[in-house]
Amino acid sequence: MSGDLAIRLRGVVKRYGPITAVNQLDLDVPLGTCVGLLGPNGAGKSTTMRLLTAQSIADEGELEVLGFRLPDESKAARAQCGVVPQLDNLDVTLTVEQNLLVFTHLYRIGRAERREAIERALKMANLGERRDSRVDKLSGGMRRRLLIARALVHRPRLVLMDEPTVGLDPQVRQQIWALIDALRVEGTTILMSTHYIEEAQRLADTVLIMSHGRAVAAGPPAELVAEHAGREALEVYGPPGRLAEVEADAGAAGLRTRRTGTSVSILGVDGNGYSIEGERRPANLEDVFVLLTGEEIA
Amino acid sequence: MAATTAPRAPRLGRLERPALTGVLVREVVNFSSFWRSSTFSSTVEPTIYLLAFGFGFGSLVSKIGGYDYVEFVGTGTVATAVLFSSAFPAMFGTFVKYQFQRTYDAILAAPVDTEELVTAEALWIATRAGVYGCVPMLVAIAFGLDPSWGMLVVPLIAWIAGFGWACFGIMVAGFAKSFENFNYVVSAVLTPLFLVAGTFFPLSRLPEWAQVLGNLNPLHHCVELVRHAAFGFEGWTDLARVGALLAFGLVMWRIAIYAMEQKLVD
Repeated sequence: MSGDLAIRLRGVVKRYGPITAVNQLDLDVPLGTCVGLLGPNGAGKSTTMRLLTAQSIADEGELEVLGFRLPDESKAARAQCGVVPQLDNLDVTLTVEQNLLVFTHLYRIGRAERREAIERALKMANLGERRDSRVDKLSGGMRRRLLIARALVHRPRLVLMDEPTVGLDPQVRQQIWALIDALRVEGTTILMSTHYIEEAQRLADTVLIMSHGRAVAAGPPAELVAEHAGREALEVYGPPGRLAEVEADAGAAGLRTRRTGTSVSILGVDGNGYSIEGERRPANLEDVFVLLTGEEIA
Repeated sequence: MAATTAPRAPRLGRLERPALTGVLVREVVNFSSFWRSSTFSSTVEPTIYLLAFGFGFGSLVSKIGGYDYVEFVGTGTVATAVLFSSAFPAMFGTFVKYQFQRTYDAILAAPVDTEELVTAEALWIATRAGVYGCVPMLVAIAFGLDPSWGMLVVPLIAWIAGFGWACFGIMVAGFAKSFENFNYVVSAVLTPLFLVAGTFFPLSRLPEWAQVLGNLNPLHHCVELVRHAAFGFEGWTDLARVGALLAFGLVMWRIAIYAMEQKLVD
């Protein structure tokens, strides 16, 4: 069956009244890999996450998490999953350590191993020195680290992270990336939703691009870029009138373009002899995303 | 590449003890950070009722149904304390944890089902009500109510009633769309039930239809049971009252679970 898959979704549909939040979604997350769900707000990423913990029940389709069928066997699956929610739901009047203690009970860690589990989580999140601080006294980055540590107390086989760095400063984001990367190296399976291209590109082995509840493309970031956007893009700056000319010209040459604020990116320019004055830069996932969905992501 | 099949744990059952314990531990640890304010309000409020009615009214009516008025109100306000320490915290606490703190999202992502969550929350609130419910009686003892052995079952009566009211509060929070909805419940349900429970005046003086309605009021049964625990039980009648409180608790429990499932799982 699906022995080496941590998550297997087939034809999953979730509707809220007239809105179809998730539309015929297929998703495979192999054990030991990090998969990124990439898409703009409203693409169905958070709904997909809720489906995986049976906090939403799918209208159609098959869902399997760690070999357990959802929603019937969800509880057994949840026992082996760690969940990092998008919105902070720590107990703010408790200390860092008390928050972890509560979760050692919720995740059924035996009395003998509780102490060690808490210490390990504190160490992983680098919060040992703040163990006795109340959560409402912590910075935003520390709270996010605690939120992740809390999901790891029971050494889950699978970690679900919903927008793990949303709303954080760039340098704090780097800390969280380091934390996630450490988990990955340990071999923990991770499914992460994000709308930051860079985050997906750096951390994910495989990226699934979502738009309007559907998967538009899936694969390793580099392959997706190579397949859909080529190696290089040409970025041309200029006044709006000039940019429109550039777009028309590139279009006539059969090339795809996208507006990036003050410039136009001409995609897939490697090796076809097309030449115009501009900056050559490596193609990225954002180019792929825009090409496939016609939407800007952030 | 890990090619092994995921170890298949048996499907976990319903109302498991570790799940209930997990939710209870969360409540207990949280309680350790706010027990002072909670104990203060749960103690002071019924004491004020006791003093205001006991001595205010007590100066006008010295005896009611054979009891000193202070004794009458001192035992009656046990039910008030139970109501205030169960229905209200359940309503507001549940709503806050769901809507603002999103605590339940975190708990339901763990191996805990809504049924276990609701049950554990109600058990915890009932336990608090069982303890806080005794406060007015202790205050009344300080003001001259004679202690009796029967009073030892008062915490149990308060616990059973508290469980029902806790589930009632969780149910209301489950159905409520916003905080404002609580106003309807407090004004139209809780206030009348609170006033017509036999706490401050005996229902036997009311018209017959009101007495019949009084028997549908769980708070009334709690009042009577506590009073009889202090002054002597009335056999089958009291047993029926215990049955009524248990039935109230059971029905509210199931509806509360249904309401919260509607709210938490979409």
